[in-house]
Amino acid sequence: MLKELGLKTIDELFTDIPEKVKFKGKLNIPGPFSEVEVKRRIAKLLEKNVSSMDIPTFLGAGVWPHYVPAVVDTIIGRAEFLTSYTPYQAEVSQGILQAQFEYQSMICELTGMDVANASMYDWATSLGEAALMAARLTKKTEFIIPYFIHPERKAVLKLMSEPAKMKIIEVKQDKETGQINLEDLKTKISKNTAGIYIENPSYLGFLEEKVKEIGEIAHENGALYIVGVDPTSLGLLKAPADYGADIVVGEGQPLGNSMNYGGPLLGIFACKEEFVRQMPGRIIGLTTTKKQNQRAFCMALQTREQYIRREKATSSICTNEALCAVAAAVYLSLLGPRGLKRLGEIIMTKAIYAMKKLKEIPGVKVPLFKASHFKEFTVNFDETGKTVLEVHKKLLKEGVHGGKIIKNEFPELGETALYCVTEVHLKEDVDKLVNSLKKVLEV
Amino acid sequence: MSFRQARWNEPLIFERSKPGKIGFTLPEPTKEEKEVAGNVVDSIPKSLLREKPPELPEVSEVEVVRHYTRLSQQNYGVDLGIYPLGSCTMKYTPKITDVVVNTHKLRDLHPYQDEELTQGILQILYELSNYFAEILGMDKVSLQPSAGAHGEYVGVMIMRAYHALNGELDKRTEIIVPDSAHGTNPANTTMAGFKTVVVPSAEDGTVDLKALKTVVSEHTAGLMLTNPNTLGVFENNILEIAEVIHGVGGLVYYDGANLNAILGKARPGDMGFDIAHINTHKTFSTPHGGGGPGAGPVGVKKELEKFLPVPTIEFDGKRYYLDYNRPYSIGKIRGFYGNIAVLVRAYAYILLMGAEGLERVAELSVLNANYVIRKVLKARGYTLPYKSENLRKHEGVISAKQMMDETGVRALNVSKMLLDLGVHAPTNYFPLIVPEALMIEPTETESKETLDELINAFIKVSEEAYSNPKVVLEAPVNTTVDMVDDVKASHPKTMRLSWRMLKKYGEAK
Repeated sequence: MLKELGLKTIDELFTDIPEKVKFKGKLNIPGPFSEVEVKRRIAKLLEKNVSSMDIPTFLGAGVWPHYVPAVVDTIIGRAEFLTSYTPYQAEVSQGILQAQFEYQSMICELTGMDVANASMYDWATSLGEAALMAARLTKKTEFIIPYFIHPERKAVLKLMSEPAKMKIIEVKQDKETGQINLEDLKTKISKNTAGIYIENPSYLGFLEEKVKEIGEIAHENGALYIVGVDPTSLGLLKAPADYGADIVVGEGQPLGNSMNYGGPLLGIFACKEEFVRQMPGRIIGLTTTKKQNQRAFCMALQTREQYIRREKATSSICTNEALCAVAAAVYLSLLGPRGLKRLGEIIMTKAIYAMKKLKEIPGVKVPLFKASHFKEFTVNFDETGKTVLEVHKKLLKEGVHGGKIIKNEFPELGETALYCVTEVHLKEDVDKLVNSLKKVLEV
Repeated sequence: MSFRQARWNEPLIFERSKPGKIGFTLPEPTKEEKEVAGNVVDSIPKSLLREKPPELPEVSEVEVVRHYTRLSQQNYGVDLGIYPLGSCTMKYTPKITDVVVNTHKLRDLHPYQDEELTQGILQILYELSNYFAEILGMDKVSLQPSAGAHGEYVGVMIMRAYHALNGELDKRTEIIVPDSAHGTNPANTTMAGFKTVVVPSAEDGTVDLKALKTVVSEHTAGLMLTNPNTLGVFENNILEIAEVIHGVGGLVYYDGANLNAILGKARPGDMGFDIAHINTHKTFSTPHGGGGPGAGPVGVKKELEKFLPVPTIEFDGKRYYLDYNRPYSIGKIRGFYGNIAVLVRAYAYILLMGAEGLERVAELSVLNANYVIRKVLKARGYTLPYKSENLRKHEGVISAKQMMDETGVRALNVSKMLLDLGVHAPTNYFPLIVPEALMIEPTETESKETLDELINAFIKVSEEAYSNPKVVLEAPVNTTVDMVDDVKASHPKTMRLSWRMLKKYGEAK
């Protein structure tokens, strides 16, 4: 091949790199290793981890343990999906295009929205994009969020909205019930409010009841209503569209995607049809072919996207989480409406069983808020005389990983952790948690 | 050629739905759990209870499997054949990288688990960030960005934080981007609150230095540049470019899309760049999954380390830990720590390759690109704009303008006929400065035999264009569907973006 290029050595292919910038040394990187060596090395390192399959683990808070049916991995492991690129050539990419269209459609069915995009990086970045989209649509710059929001989501929102000079305002939540304080909301909303954002279920696991009223307050003031959801709750809970949401965001990881130490995740983003031109991200559309007028799929509304609109694009997102979206479509197809509803009931059954059992332990307060809870709930240790960190460390010694310590996030909640129970938790896991806690607390 | 792609006429999965079917059995709670919990649905406030179930498909397991298997067969992946998408870089991924991540020790690991339980993954990530730093010639790398464009975003937000700390953010409002740049560069400039200033390319395809000098000023926050650039041309005056930007107090950002071409040959950090990102699916051979997940680690020079997003992964000599205590950090850029399952694949790939293997990637990707381009140019109608007698790096942009003028066959038609011939098309109409652009990047993982097939396909299209252009204009015919009408997909009257919209408005006729 060199000869055909009229060259003698490989080095001649790099004569355009000036000597001054040529890297003369050798990269300080181990290897090359054989396949067997790489496999053993990585297996050995990963073996050091103790996963939620090894010990009962009660963590949620943004990434949740759910069972991934074998079918999901079989499908997304298919090389034609796994090793394909963004479907720029629609005619040879109908498979992934249709699968993503189906994902979008299923998210629309869950949320009641008309349009969903083909995915964002995660819930946090979906929220950031939703705030920017609300600002573009309303030409306003204030954005109201609940006080009890995931601190990482809040941080990402603040980062993403700061260059657009947006102001993030927190609305109070009732100490007893966790519910959004409507009076406070009314004082904080103004003619400058681009959007009100709520989460249902909330970060701390309780359900927000006045969802319709909050939406009305938003709309009366010319603001958009943005709702954040855990999709596993939507077999049981109302679609956000039914209580007035304009944009729905959320985390799709629970739908057939493993936790993988926090990534990849799957940012859900859906909205009403009227807002679609300001939507960020890739959208797949159903159309026809030119000659035979057959059904076909392709990327739609590309003039919103960075590679066409450049600095005027609605977002910079390009590579998204397409394969995670396909996993979600496969997962939702397997469950169907009845399966999704049953999933919600099973999760709630197990979570409520855990809450009731934990409640029996003297000094343990579960949950802190008088409200319905879905799969997460607060566990408070104030009256046990032990700090939540002490409890956590001792539980670990018993072979149980407790919930996420939230003491530093919300100090007023005291010695509190956020626990999560889903369909993957066996009764024995919860019983072990309860018995270990009793031992740790010496009761 | 006899290539035919699968055509299943597969309906939407919603159209396969039959009430009562279900594809998966959930683990039922025990009797005791049910008794203790009671009727949980009663505990949901009426105002929140779903009245109408979501209209998801009701199908059996085998129907789900067949549906998505058929869809997969209507999709082209790099495991099927060459994918010479310039700038998007699709190379073969060694299968072992998929195998190593398929363990509950990673898949069922929660990001908030106690650090004592996650030392293994933290060590992998720590080592990986060091390897990336070494490859980039940078001092510290964050693995968090979820994709290349996300890495760019983090990069410009670091520029923002740097100028803000110096009290100059009000003054420094502009980021300079070449006219050949990826669209993500200007889009991220806007996302980070800056104005994009475009600098033209010179006749040889590199940044026009004279023009650059006229657009820099005290308002310059930085420059975003890829090297080699999107024409496949190495910016040989890069040190001078960096000096011009640094001279006015700006920062220089390396768009890592084209890193493949210079692995082990030159490092962004040695070329005067202050910030650089990596696209793991391009350079480090992680699969792209039809559009993601990807990963876009970003590296910086020492003086910018403090701005990296939290948490960083640190090692105190005994244990690995996540460091959130970084007062100058730009903050959080996403939930948790990045697309870990993708990053572990990149780690496996680097270990397989070693330093020499990575350098070999650059050599073969450049050799393959030049071989293909030189040979394709021998066919009628294709030309090589910018510095046309010179070598390209990993990719090259051929123009089909002459072919269009002489035969009416456009770059798009060339691409569609290439699909008919069983190879994936190159990138079309990018960079924007080349008319009728066909941007070809074969990558290092293709054999000479495969490259020759690609070349022959290009030659075949040229021959048809000049002898029987109708054949090219009517392509594709061998694919799942004939040419797709993307205008209809975006027109307000025929837009069908979900099953819900389809039901509401009917088929797009």
